[in-house]
Amino acid sequence: MEKVSFAEGKFTAKDVVEKPELFLSGHRACAGCAPATVLRLIMKAVRGPTIVTNATGCMEVASTIYPYTSWALPWLHTAFETAGSNASGIEAALKVLRRKGKIKDEQVDVIAIAGDGGTYDIGIQALSGAVERGHDFLYVLYDNEAYMNTGIQRSGGTPYGASTTTSQAGSVVPGKLQQKKPIADIMVAHDMPYVATGSVYYWKDLITKVRRGIEVDGPAFLHVFAPCQRGWRSDPAKSIELSRLAVETCVFPLWEAVNGEYQLSVPSRVFALAPQKKKPVTEYLQGQGRFRHLFAPKYEKMLEEIQQQTDRKWLKLLKKCGVAQSERKS
Amino acid sequence: MSSKEKGWKEISPAGVCSKSSMTYLTGDWKTFHPERDINKCTKCLLCTLFCPDGAIKWNKEKGDIEFDLNFCKGCGICANECPTKAIEMKI
Amino acid sequence: MKGVVKQETVGLNGDEAVAYAVKQADVDVVAAYPITPQTIIVEKFSEYVANGEVDTEYVCTESEHSAMAACLSASATGARVFTASASAGLALMHEMLFVTSGCRAPVVMAIANRAYSAPLNIHGDHSDTMAQRDSGWIQIYAENAQEVYDSILQAFRIGEHLDVQLPVIIGLDGFTLSHTLESVRVLVGEDVKSFVGTRKLPTVLSHEGKTVPYRLDPENPVTMGPIALQNFYFEFKRQQEEAMQNASRVIQEVHDEYARLSGRSYGDGLIEKYMLEDAEVATVCLGSTAGTVKTVVDELREKGVKAGLLRIRTFRPFPAGEIAKALSKAKAVAVMDRSMSFGGKGGAVFHETRHALYDLQSHPFVVNYVYGLGGRDTSPSQICRIYEDLQKIVQTRHVDENVKYVGLRE
Repeated sequence: MEKVSFAEGKFTAKDVVEKPELFLSGHRACAGCAPATVLRLIMKAVRGPTIVTNATGCMEVASTIYPYTSWALPWLHTAFETAGSNASGIEAALKVLRRKGKIKDEQVDVIAIAGDGGTYDIGIQALSGAVERGHDFLYVLYDNEAYMNTGIQRSGGTPYGASTTTSQAGSVVPGKLQQKKPIADIMVAHDMPYVATGSVYYWKDLITKVRRGIEVDGPAFLHVFAPCQRGWRSDPAKSIELSRLAVETCVFPLWEAVNGEYQLSVPSRVFALAPQKKKPVTEYLQGQGRFRHLFAPKYEKMLEEIQQQTDRKWLKLLKKCGVAQSERKS
Repeated sequence: MSSKEKGWKEISPAGVCSKSSMTYLTGDWKTFHPERDINKCTKCLLCTLFCPDGAIKWNKEKGDIEFDLNFCKGCGICANECPTKAIEMKI
Repeated sequence: MKGVVKQETVGLNGDEAVAYAVKQADVDVVAAYPITPQTIIVEKFSEYVANGEVDTEYVCTESEHSAMAACLSASATGARVFTASASAGLALMHEMLFVTSGCRAPVVMAIANRAYSAPLNIHGDHSDTMAQRDSGWIQIYAENAQEVYDSILQAFRIGEHLDVQLPVIIGLDGFTLSHTLESVRVLVGEDVKSFVGTRKLPTVLSHEGKTVPYRLDPENPVTMGPIALQNFYFEFKRQQEEAMQNASRVIQEVHDEYARLSGRSYGDGLIEKYMLEDAEVATVCLGSTAGTVKTVVDELREKGVKAGLLRIRTFRPFPAGEIAKALSKAKAVAVMDRSMSFGGKGGAVFHETRHALYDLQSHPFVVNYVYGLGGRDTSPSQICRIYEDLQKIVQTRHVDENVKYVGLRE
């Protein structure tokens, strides 16, 4: 029987569900919250003693309403900007306390978790600094593409054309006019050991990447696509499905960059090898109320723009991954 | 949640959480609940993996999944993702 | 019982005195960002790290906000933590100061007191720490480099005391103290080690129903920094206030213990009374200017003026009772503020001193002198004029203006 190896992707669903739950039930996330699923799965990838630090946001608030906590492992929240700086402090303390013999001499992994709010914008400085200093930790960004916890306001991670409460789609302005910041590419440019993107539907790929990020010596960054039914105005039952459509339309491709070398992940490789399988972006956009205005005749041109932008970014990624795009059958 | 709360002298300082959220039953949030047709279920465990609330558990001894309606919020993800459409959401 | 221990004399400026004390205090993590006039602290410490003179994880964070977050997190992991800042850096950490005290993390921070912008000014005044007086940090102000050294060592004991568990700021005047060389007596070897000791952690009730040490430990997991809604937040704040009140006693105890060890004391640790017993006219002052005032008081005493000085060493917790007692017999008091509270009709020290005297059956005239902003020097003759004003007030029993400015070009 082949040995179970999370880092090599050699495990089954059963192996995963048999691991203890470290993100406990009873949290107050919305029904159908994909970030909550993301956290559950991340915690399954943990390999030993682990400390988690969380930036302010939906997952932090929903899981720690005093006196209740959903965290079965040591957990710290300080502020919104501080996922990266918290991880730095914890990692430094563990290092020195271990060296001085003040705590057990064993590996303790540090995981920083933050939403797109605490990562793209207010938290980017601390993240960048922590990575530059080379602290040994994994940073997980659960991206629901807006400041959801404070009321669905736009973030640097909100995609072009999305309607949020501070980039409203109205009669004159069709939602957010700026592009989604390429945060994972920005992290690759830091020359860091491991960067990857994940999407919750592809649970095996996600858990593998979490474990790889944990095992890497030095900083690792994982960008996870995590639909928010409330902010996206989508069917709560379809949160996981949307995370699949995002990959199938190449809106959110899955890849890894190991020491800066881009590698397309299996779920996305399909669409490079068989481009006819790539779904049109409208299939992804249509189930979401935040894009509904784009289907009105007035803003239809934006749908074309989004398709073109998606295709352009997809081809750019393929080039980085050294994958040739097979000819699209007309 | 109805017992009298502790005063400032009794609570542990610095706001360290003193109760597990497993004692806070979010199951009463739901309108719909999942019902499984056991004949269609292949025990692929996708529902168990995808449930945001961990309300579907794998029982190793029984070799089967169990729905914990104490925590199920009725989102319907399990029904939507089930490859054999073995789960249906009912009121 | 041991008497005063053997000590060495080292030439150190205020910043170097800070670094020297931190070196001796077995600090585990230093996370800091440089800012004038604190830069010598972080540079000196970097030298110690580079030469293996300390076993400390030294994290050069990318901003002060991250520095305080890293300090808090390291402290939460069980480490003894130190940092330093000033002015804009302290302001940038403002949010995190409250989080740190709210999490009851005994971080020790040296502040090389410096003016706030705008306009930009790198020189000494108390605007930076005064603006943080609500943050729940203990604040102790030093008069000279010697006191800076002594206070940093005491700070770890004060903050880490189980009845306190609060972060501590030691303030030293920018440039005047931070960059001025003095002869400093330092403790050596085992003496300083046994004084600072090792950090002991309080215990808390975790969500597993166990009473465990208050640190991030995979074997005894705790959740720190939750959201506390309307039904709980208030109680945690009351706890912090209780800790502050306990700090008054603890500061005095630690001060006295250190005094026995070193032979040096600063009043009772909270306030220092200089010729105050029978003083009719007195000033209240913080920091290095108190040294200048003492010289003026000596001169005035020689001329037969009953002058005195009350130096506030501990500003938070504010030693209201001690101040009221010390000033109750004076006839006129000038409170010197090296910061302003715009629109507040006087500075912070003025407000709080007056408040301390309010409940007395009879209290002196109390007036305010704002001085030294942006590093402006205050001369003995200017201080002398303050005492002359006070004497006039005593004679005429009349105050023309409550708030005056020293050395301001009108």
